[in-house]
Amino acid sequence: MRLVVDLNRCQGYAQCVFLAPDVFSLNGEEALRYTPYVDDARREQVAAAMAACPVQAILMDDVVDDMMDDPLPAAFDVHH
Amino acid sequence: MSTTDERGASRAHRPDDSLARLRREGRIVIVGASLAGLRGAETLREEGFAGSLTIIGDEPDRPYDRPPLSKQVLVGGAAADRTTLPRRRAIRAHWRLRTAATGLDLTARRVRLDDGDEVPYDRLLITTGARSRPWPQPAEAELDGVFVLRTNRDAERLGRRLMAGPRRVLVIGAGFTGSEIASACRELGLPVTVVERGPTPLVGALGGVVGQVAAELQREHGVDLRCSVMVTALEGDAAGRLRRAHLSDGTALDVDLAVVALGAVRNTEWLDGSGLGAGPRGVACDAGCRAFDVRGLVTDDVFVAGDVARSPHPLFGYQFLSLDHWGNAVAQAEVAAHNMISPGPDRRPHLWVPAFWSSQFGVNIKSIGVPSMGEEILIAQGSLAEHSFAGVYGCQGRVVAAVTFDQTKWLDFYQQQIETAAPFPPPFRSVDRRPDGLHPVPAEFPDPSLPSHGPTVTLCGYSPTERRIVFTPARA
Ligand SMILES: Cc1cc2nc3c(=O)[nH]c(=O)nc-3n(C[C@H](O)[C@H](O)[C@H](O)COP(=O)(O)OP(=O)(O)OC[C@H]3O[C@@H](n4cnc5c(N)ncnc54)[C@H](O)[C@@H]3O)c2cc1C
Ligand code: SF4
Repeated sequence: MRLVVDLNRCQGYAQCVFLAPDVFSLNGEEALRYTPYVDDARREQVAAAMAACPVQAILMDDVVDDMMDDPLPAAFDVHH
Repeated sequence: MSTTDERGASRAHRPDDSLARLRREGRIVIVGASLAGLRGAETLREEGFAGSLTIIGDEPDRPYDRPPLSKQVLVGGAAADRTTLPRRRAIRAHWRLRTAATGLDLTARRVRLDDGDEVPYDRLLITTGARSRPWPQPAEAELDGVFVLRTNRDAERLGRRLMAGPRRVLVIGAGFTGSEIASACRELGLPVTVVERGPTPLVGALGGVVGQVAAELQREHGVDLRCSVMVTALEGDAAGRLRRAHLSDGTALDVDLAVVALGAVRNTEWLDGSGLGAGPRGVACDAGCRAFDVRGLVTDDVFVAGDVARSPHPLFGYQFLSLDHWGNAVAQAEVAAHNMISPGPDRRPHLWVPAFWSSQFGVNIKSIGVPSMGEEILIAQGSLAEHSFAGVYGCQGRVVAAVTFDQTKWLDFYQQQIETAAPFPPPFRSVDRRPDGLHPVPAEFPDPSLPSHGPTVTLCGYSPTERRIVFTPARA
């Protein structure tokens, strides 16, 4: 799944760090770091973190590009 | 126009009808397949646009996120090709990637592509962003070991070289990107020298008072920081590999890796001669994201958003601002997309208060408003010495911006102050009784007329058509 955190909104409360420590971490006092791509095994953890984030700063999708999008040639499509 | 036409044929000319038709079966083209382009496309679908949507981008990949490239990615916390942006929704778009737009015909409403194709549109959204300013000497920029950082491929190449353990890294320019790269190098334990023309890092974005704290952070983390110095030449060996840098103070530095972090250049060349008000500082648009033409007249079918846009902000005296801000790209694309398919009275102005974050040397730096407008700064909470504070910028007696180092919790408060044009200096009761906070001091921004790579907000006057822009009519 692909992941992005709106770090303007993020308050560094670290709820996500407690719930999904493999994905989110604090670098110093309050700078959030995260892995922008997580495998299926972490889905539940990240979903819990999303729900717990008090400012709704976390966005995750598991939709691979929808069918009407024309596909990229395999050589370039390193992402999914 | 006849409203009595029974078959309703001529009613298509009524604005409501043509808008309904646009929403149902119109053609929208987005040029620039990155953050602003993607969020714009999603908003169009979200708001019911059912016509055809074409997204043109010259990079090979689907839209990806850039901020991690100078942070997690360089220290090995994420792969460079794994920052693809998550989608908010399905967009049913026709993607034309690895394809650059090379021209625009405003009259025929067509975008020209580098493969010779032309794509017609009813509404166009321009989101071509910016690229790294290259090292000014092309032969030196070509040396093996000289990098810039803007794309995921740049990050991949740079990351690989950092992992290979260079003897010393040279970072040219201590704006946000340069400072974050230096921070990553130190995290990797690599020796790094930062050369900055200004008196401190981040001086263009945050001024010298805060820049001094950034300088301390760098030095405490073992960066060899050299300010008020310029790199004058990069020297290669016989095999074309970088081996030395020459500085304006007469010294030289043995380095095998240099990162040029001299700011960004807006991608507007493809609009040269199109008649749009596009220049080196971006494409001028109104507060509703509609592009201006070279005569200063607003268009109604061409919209602009993100780093490439230059738009007037009501909170800052309607001065045109160009912003290199992630949050601006998202917010402006949402407004542009909404306005593209909405009737006049339902359109919205882009009133977003500029907000930015950076993390470097373990410190979370955030700003709100337009710091570079500030004449004075007051350290209202915390202290500079502890590298944990909130600083408030004032201009002509009102609060125009704030910056925090590890004090995010204060930002919302200052956002309100900015939005309500609260008086500056703030009343004493909202200020810590610490020595730093007693008096406002000059914010120490460099002379704005000097070229600078630093600011992430550029104030660019009141004219929708830049004075410096040269209008070259298309050849007959
Ligand atoms: C290393 C790095 C770190 C950053 N860190 C932060 C941060 O910490 N906080 C923050 O707020 N912001 C940060 N930013 C800024 C943020 O990433 C940008 O504001 C954002 O990417 C702007 O999005 P955009 O879509 O407007 O433009 P861009 O992301 O620049 O995208 C423009 C796209 O258009 C394409 N294009 C250009 N010309 C053409 C053409 N003629 N035809 C077709 N396609 C074209 C480009 O190749 C590109 O893909 C950072 C940027 C970088 C590079
Ligand atoms: S829970 Fe939300 S606000 Fe808190 S650190 Fe995580 S992303 Fe930021």
